[in-house]
Amino acid sequence: MAIIEFLLNGVPKQCTVSPDTSILTLLREHLGATGTKEGCASGDCGACTVAISDLADTPRTYTSANACITPAHQLQGKALVTIEGLAAEGQLHPAQAAMIECHGSQCGFCTPGVVMSLFTLYESPDKDTLSLTPEQLEESLGGNLCRCTGYRPIRDAALQMHTHSYERPSWYNAFLPQASSSNTNIQNSNECFFIQPTSLADLTAARLRFTDARLVAGGTDLWLESTQRLTPLDQLIDVTHVKELLTLEADEFNNQSGWWVGAGVTYTQLEPLLNSHFPAFSQLLQRLGSQQIRNRGTLGGNIANASPIGDTPPVLLALGAWVELANTTGTRCLPLEHFFKGYKQTALAADEILSRIFIPKPSNTHALRVWKLSKRREDDISAVLGAFSYRLEKDTLHDVRIAFGGMDAIPKRALTMEKELESHKITVDIFRAAQAAIVQDFTPMSDVRGSDVYRQQAAANLVERLYLTLSAPDQEVMLHAYAH
Amino acid sequence: MRTLTRLDKDSQRARQELKDQIQGDGPLACHTVKSSGARQAGQSSIHESAEKHVTGKAAYIDDLKTPSDALHVALGLSPVAHGILTALKLEAVKQAPGVVDVITFHDVPGDTDIGPVFPGDPIFVDQEISYAGQCLFAVAATSLHAARRAVKLASIEIDEQPASLDPVTATQREEFVRPSHVQERGDWQQALRQAPHVIESELFVGGQEHFYLEGQACVVLPTEDEGVIVHTSNQHPSETQKLVAEVLGIPLHAVTVEVRRMGGGFGGKETQASPWACIAAIIARRTGKAIRLRLPRSEDMRVTGKRHPFHNRYKLAIDQQGIIQGGEISVIGDCGYSPDLSDAIVDRAMFHTDNAYSLGDARVVGHRAKTHTASNTAFRGFGGPQGMMIIEAAMDDIARQVGEDPLTIRKRNFYRDGRDTTHYGQHVDQRQLLHTLVETLETDSDYWERRKAIKTFNGVSPIIKKGLALTPVKFGISFTAQHLNQAGALLHIYTDGSVMINHGGTEMGQGLHTKICQVVARELGLSLEQVRITATRTDKVPNTSPTAASSGADLNGMAARDAASKLRERLFDFAASHFTAGLDREGMRLEEGMLVSGSNESEQRIPWGELIQTAYLNRISLSEKGFYATPLIHYNRATGQGRPFYYYAFGAAVSEVSVDMLTGEYQVDRVDILHDVGTSLNPAIDIGQVEGGFIQGMGWLTSEELKWNAKGVLVSDGPATYKIPTFGDLPPIFNVALMEGHPNSMASLYRSKAVGEPPLMLGISVWSALRDALSSLTNYATSPRLDTPATPERVMLAANAIREKTL
Repeated sequence: MAIIEFLLNGVPKQCTVSPDTSILTLLREHLGATGTKEGCASGDCGACTVAISDLADTPRTYTSANACITPAHQLQGKALVTIEGLAAEGQLHPAQAAMIECHGSQCGFCTPGVVMSLFTLYESPDKDTLSLTPEQLEESLGGNLCRCTGYRPIRDAALQMHTHSYERPSWYNAFLPQASSSNTNIQNSNECFFIQPTSLADLTAARLRFTDARLVAGGTDLWLESTQRLTPLDQLIDVTHVKELLTLEADEFNNQSGWWVGAGVTYTQLEPLLNSHFPAFSQLLQRLGSQQIRNRGTLGGNIANASPIGDTPPVLLALGAWVELANTTGTRCLPLEHFFKGYKQTALAADEILSRIFIPKPSNTHALRVWKLSKRREDDISAVLGAFSYRLEKDTLHDVRIAFGGMDAIPKRALTMEKELESHKITVDIFRAAQAAIVQDFTPMSDVRGSDVYRQQAAANLVERLYLTLSAPDQEVMLHAYAH
Repeated sequence: MRTLTRLDKDSQRARQELKDQIQGDGPLACHTVKSSGARQAGQSSIHESAEKHVTGKAAYIDDLKTPSDALHVALGLSPVAHGILTALKLEAVKQAPGVVDVITFHDVPGDTDIGPVFPGDPIFVDQEISYAGQCLFAVAATSLHAARRAVKLASIEIDEQPASLDPVTATQREEFVRPSHVQERGDWQQALRQAPHVIESELFVGGQEHFYLEGQACVVLPTEDEGVIVHTSNQHPSETQKLVAEVLGIPLHAVTVEVRRMGGGFGGKETQASPWACIAAIIARRTGKAIRLRLPRSEDMRVTGKRHPFHNRYKLAIDQQGIIQGGEISVIGDCGYSPDLSDAIVDRAMFHTDNAYSLGDARVVGHRAKTHTASNTAFRGFGGPQGMMIIEAAMDDIARQVGEDPLTIRKRNFYRDGRDTTHYGQHVDQRQLLHTLVETLETDSDYWERRKAIKTFNGVSPIIKKGLALTPVKFGISFTAQHLNQAGALLHIYTDGSVMINHGGTEMGQGLHTKICQVVARELGLSLEQVRITATRTDKVPNTSPTAASSGADLNGMAARDAASKLRERLFDFAASHFTAGLDREGMRLEEGMLVSGSNESEQRIPWGELIQTAYLNRISLSEKGFYATPLIHYNRATGQGRPFYYYAFGAAVSEVSVDMLTGEYQVDRVDILHDVGTSLNPAIDIGQVEGGFIQGMGWLTSEELKWNAKGVLVSDGPATYKIPTFGDLPPIFNVALMEGHPNSMASLYRSKAVGEPPLMLGISVWSALRDALSSLTNYATSPRLDTPATPERVMLAANAIREKTL
């Protein structure tokens, strides 16, 4: 147990929490603040959406999070805004007023979460609430499930927020009374702790010392073990304050220029880089989880988790990414494909952590195609994800790297398929051969997201799509909603 | 005609008025109160809880405060779908930290069967396990976490047996939860023999998880006598009251059930909310403590029943024009392990296998297959949508067979003069309304222009194909169980003039309470702020029906109106006799917070507050109950004929989709809806029901896929694996309108129509548009079978089977 200090709707709070306490549990069970709802306890429905701000930020910016899977410890030194806070001083926030005006609530259970997502949208400095685009709305609201309204009135509310005036309550600029440190190393015993190292040296030392401890960053996957499987999370090492893991820098590695991305960099933080250099990857990110998840989830987490259906690994495999692993004695680097050893198994030794990822800079003639197939376009997990990276010169494919997710026990390169295509002119025959290679490269399974037959045929059809993209570039072979 | 209900003296005037409306010849007998001149009878008042919703102040069950020694309950569930429980060792559970009580089948003091209509639902497993997720025991502990962790310590031994999971196989083996039923009209065999064409096919229609955002939950408090007070998220408080009393072995008057609001219901809290209240009540009585029970999402999804999956077949005789002459339709409802409400659900599926079309001389058979899954239950539409799917599939198939546009075929088959009686013998009133509605929508949505444009587009686009479909809805309104078509209300006026209304219906987001307040405000000439509604409670209005079958406003609104009009008449009588000014009883009215009599110079006004104060001082009762029972309806199960529905609600939707034939991914580009709610009680709320129903129906037929593993364990048990529509699924063009100028032909509440369920079936247009797009791959020569949900997987596999490949 440890004491954390934070601002709740502008009011300083000191709360005693255990390592596995979520913000939702803290609010509902410890503080009796029941406006924030639990809909799924798995970060999928958004009913528990809250907004978190760094006190150091001026002006204060808010990011949305699913309270059900966010560790309460990470509130230390932060400002938390919940539904109870918005109308604090007798006036409704524009998000609230617009929701009422547009008949945006029916049963009302998802409403607090919807309002909080609208609040973060309203407060977002880079979005003009006067001219919101459909993409921005989808990005902001895709993580809030509503079973009653069908979303039209919620969309209208988002578009009408700006018509309501709002005097910011005084708590917007509140601070904690004394200069609380932004992180804590509170630790009562070796059995139960939540430590927040600030340097790679401290992190690797902690990793070595506490072999049973789990690493946590956004908690977007780890926390499900607590809420869904009731696994005790007694020993947690939080990586979100390790400065080396938060960097994003251009660099040379292995005779290639590119970027080192800290394992603790969130999807949201990664977006600008991907937007400029890997638009296809950036589009994929818009379909990875929800805004709440993208604000919290990290690239390192997506890789180290080693799920066969993680969204970023196939893309990184296709891009030829490397990973850097660190322990107390130093670091080692290896190509990403050598990192995945088997279902949920990685090359990480017991004392190692994933510290950084190197993404090579693409050449001017490089092309990347990323195609994710899922039941629902937004906030769904891939059934199949195909990533195709190549250079096209005079109708000939070079440097072909292809990887798939959802087709095997690990995210995996399609080595046979790559060979069939490498240094070949684009013809029906070589693409037929590439399709035929699928059975050599992959053994998909049937599960809740799709049958093995579907996965096989879908992968083959993605190869057909690639052929069409290359051979008839003017033809429309993608839906706009998927291609943006 | 049946008598409405036994007349009592007080309400005679009100009843007479109602009777006049039903028996009157005119299309619309007088309203008791004229609407304020607006085209719609009702105003678009905001939801009575809207401000509480957006500020987080609206309380749901788990938000209720309880004493600090309250206990939390977690359930021990069967991991297997079928078998015999040979040993249940709970010592370790009992010893676990924080555990206060553990109960099993043998600890139930009263009845152990909590089947809502028919027996078959044990509160806990005694010996036979019938589905994975069935309740074996319950643990009460000082925290929910402690209770859930203790559950995992149980040692459960089961003699596992093969699970029966296929409803078609079960039907072949005649494994039913209830007997099959037949509706038959005319010589259907001869129709099949003589027809120029006979066309047949089959379709699997998937189930649907309710995914109410607030999971099942209750808080139970023991009372000072032998009873309990139950707070529950529940569509049927009276049934829960009965079942709780029965499991405790106490009279119903010892149990009070209260429902303020639900965080969504959709049918999933009609029967499925009671077991948890029963379990919590037993523990509350055993421990004397307040009990909290809420199901974590994955458990909620595993233990509760869903929309019935159906397997339907048709064999229809059609003429050269594609008009159905007769034939046979069979529907198999996958009921799960017990009857629950399946008898009525499969009946409703049968009642809707015609949708808006005359089947001619037809036979409809409905089977209730027993399988080893959770007992499937009510879900918005109650079997109707599944029944409709087979005839909508047939319409598309007929169109391809005769080479006409599906809309042409649909219109040709509509009920019309001479073809106006259903296969169960009910005459379809307001046939013309359906024709007018569809023609209006056809024009407003530019159906034919777009059809042309789509054909052109598909001709030059090899991968992306567009599809378009207009599908109608005709949905029967009334509970098919006749006795449920009754409702009560309780109205109080306090001495300050403020009004309190209670009724038997429950609020689950559909705006029922708002509408009821509007009814009372209108009858008493008050503003909405002067009328308040509070929680639905079995001690205020007893013996209520579930809030289901879209009937909430129809029934309870009438009951509230009955109470209000009785009180109003009493106040008029009092005012006429009391006020010395000599108020004219004739033409006396309540408007804008005043009692008004006479007109022009003779007009006199008495403020509402003064009227009420004076009435109180003169010892006039300011409280009244109201009651309503739907007239006319009847159905004879022995003959399969009758008039089960008071009236029909209509609607139609046009959906346009784009499909990527390589991946099966699709997007809904545009939707136009025109829906019939008679004279709307609240257009904003009704539009909300139409839009929400459409999206929910679309989800049912597209992305919402229930999956069980080979052993019968549900694997789509959370929002990560079960995908309801999200924000991006909202069609970019979504034109939704209510049909105006067509009041209900029957005397319903201000000539309105029920709106809860019918719009769900508008979603069928999306599925039909997907089939239309697939059909373009064969130049509309065939219509590929497309079972539902039509996930990208199903669409891609259907396309791959017929499309010309580039490679």
